[in-house]
Amino acid sequence: MSLIIGAFTMGLILSLLSLGMLISFRMIRFMDITVDGSITLGASLAAVLISAGWNPWVATLAAMGGGFLAGAVTGLLHARFKIPELLSGILVMTALYSVNLRVMGRSNIPLLDVPSVSAAMETFIAFMSGGAEKINTLGWMISSTDLATFLTTLFICILIGTLLFRFLLTHLGTALRAAGDNAQMVLAQGLNNKTMIIFSLALANGLVALSGALLAQYQGFADVQMGIGMMVWGLASIIIGEALVGKAGLGLAITGTILGTILFRLLIAIALRWGLNPNDLKLVTALFVFAALVAPSWIATLKKKISGGSRYAQN
Amino acid sequence: MLKINGIRKTFLPNTPNEVRALREVSLHIKEGSFTAVIGTNGSGKSTLLNAVAGTFEPDAGSIHLNNLDITRWPEYRRAHLVGRVFQNPFAGTAPGMTIAENIVISMHRGKSRGLGTAVTRSVRDEIADRVRVLKMGLEDRLDNPIGTLSGGQRQALTLLMATWLRPKLLLLDEHTAALDPKSAAKISELTKDIVDHEKLTALMVTHSMQQAVDLPNRIIMMHRGNIVEDVHGDQKTRVRVPDLMAAFDRIAKRDLFDESVATLLARQYG
Ligand SMILES: Nc1ncnc2c1ncn2[C@@H]1O[C@H](COP(=O)(O)OP(=O)(O)OP(=O)(O)O)[C@@H](O)[C@H]1O
Ligand SMILES: [Mg+2]
Repeated sequence: MSLIIGAFTMGLILSLLSLGMLISFRMIRFMDITVDGSITLGASLAAVLISAGWNPWVATLAAMGGGFLAGAVTGLLHARFKIPELLSGILVMTALYSVNLRVMGRSNIPLLDVPSVSAAMETFIAFMSGGAEKINTLGWMISSTDLATFLTTLFICILIGTLLFRFLLTHLGTALRAAGDNAQMVLAQGLNNKTMIIFSLALANGLVALSGALLAQYQGFADVQMGIGMMVWGLASIIIGEALVGKAGLGLAITGTILGTILFRLLIAIALRWGLNPNDLKLVTALFVFAALVAPSWIATLKKKISGGSRYAQN
Repeated sequence: MLKINGIRKTFLPNTPNEVRALREVSLHIKEGSFTAVIGTNGSGKSTLLNAVAGTFEPDAGSIHLNNLDITRWPEYRRAHLVGRVFQNPFAGTAPGMTIAENIVISMHRGKSRGLGTAVTRSVRDEIADRVRVLKMGLEDRLDNPIGTLSGGQRQALTLLMATWLRPKLLLLDEHTAALDPKSAAKISELTKDIVDHEKLTALMVTHSMQQAVDLPNRIIMMHRGNIVEDVHGDQKTRVRVPDLMAAFDRIAKRDLFDESVATLLARQYG
């Protein structure tokens, strides 16, 4: 049971990363690899600030601000200095590796015996349950800390998902989506395309860093290596989400992305349970994304071949 | 109103593929006038419009609009004053977004975009009322992605969007050329209605001689980066399609002559 609630919590945390990538990858169609660095930036900022005695919520917000800046730099490199998008992201990601080491002062910071964002929820649960270790949740016995983390993460996810949905329907959000859909149209309507790209990437990486900050608090450490491959995980989650609910409509896209990330984490947890070597995880994920990217065109050619073949047989 | 003074634009300068797309072009356009730009392929018509829209900065010369020197303004800033419809019916709208969302973006052309909800109920009603005038049944499809519409429908909406906030200048670059004849006629008519009704100043590139005769009150003809004919006033009201064809012939003959002279010289000295 703790396996499932763990996968759910992890999925919820990483769905914030996926939501960030929904903005960069799907909405403004920017292949942003900054993600691998900005999730670590979020984690290291949160770890350092919480260790220094900051309120975990404030530390988490500050971490988000760090990611926002990192994304803005990537956007600036691309929009202002005309560096190709992939390279802009790689440059910032590489630079962030050093920045993260600087922030932490070493390669790893443990977060033991310090409060996290779920502290308030833990107190609340302890108060409600009279301090029990395990709580009966819908018939399952779950440790009160796990439940507190899960509920806090769920709360943050719903909040962010709703805010994002509302934002994308505003004038600014509409302009942002249009910038990814048709840059020429956006210019003709008096919008500065470059500003839109910079802002979108900042927003996207702010969410990614938020995800990193929560991840550090959940795992109990921040590590300079923890971001490697995160972008591909985000991609896989978005693809799964789209397969689940389709792309029609903003609400569906956001819900799908969250569900997709959770499902992806569940699949990983199950695969690991069945004996998948954790070292192979990134290879498997990469293969999955590869398959998801090429499958549509394969299926199309296959269909054509089959129908072409049958026509030939008829003649 | 619009004052273009001696603008020059050379693409790919100092390369074998150098193209002198505009050579010292000057053009003054009066407020409320509707000018057609005609000319052979590659004569610089689109380049002239793009120079005004701000797709690039000219190599030399200046552009004033509404008594403002806009020569160095970026494209998005000029959009405050200029509405545009492109030849490609897919260029002017965001395909993945709904009709209402596309229009709402144009309702704020050149204004700041805040955190207010974009498509509110009252905005929707306003959009439906304006779209109903097109008589394309689009008012019932405001929440459909614009990418699901036909080229003609999209071009009608682009025209509506370009003129939703009255632009100081409307630029139309062969905006009916990619449409089937029926849609082209409809968009042509719609253009006339809007320009007349809103008393817009417009500059329209066209390949249709009939359109050049019917819609505007001035015709300029371009050739090899120059304005070679300028028909306006009484002369314009008398001009007919055959007259324009004759002008094209004159240019073609002159080109032929130029070329034969060039080959002669080449043979002599080469
Ligand atoms: N971005 C560019 N780079 C290089 N050359 C260009 C560019 N844009 C236009 N040209 C060249 O400049 C010349 C004028 O092009 P322009 O598009 O203005 O012609 P046009 O009069 O609009 O022709 P058409 O009737 O075919 O649309 C052409 O020779 C074209 O090849
Ligand atoms: Mg052209």
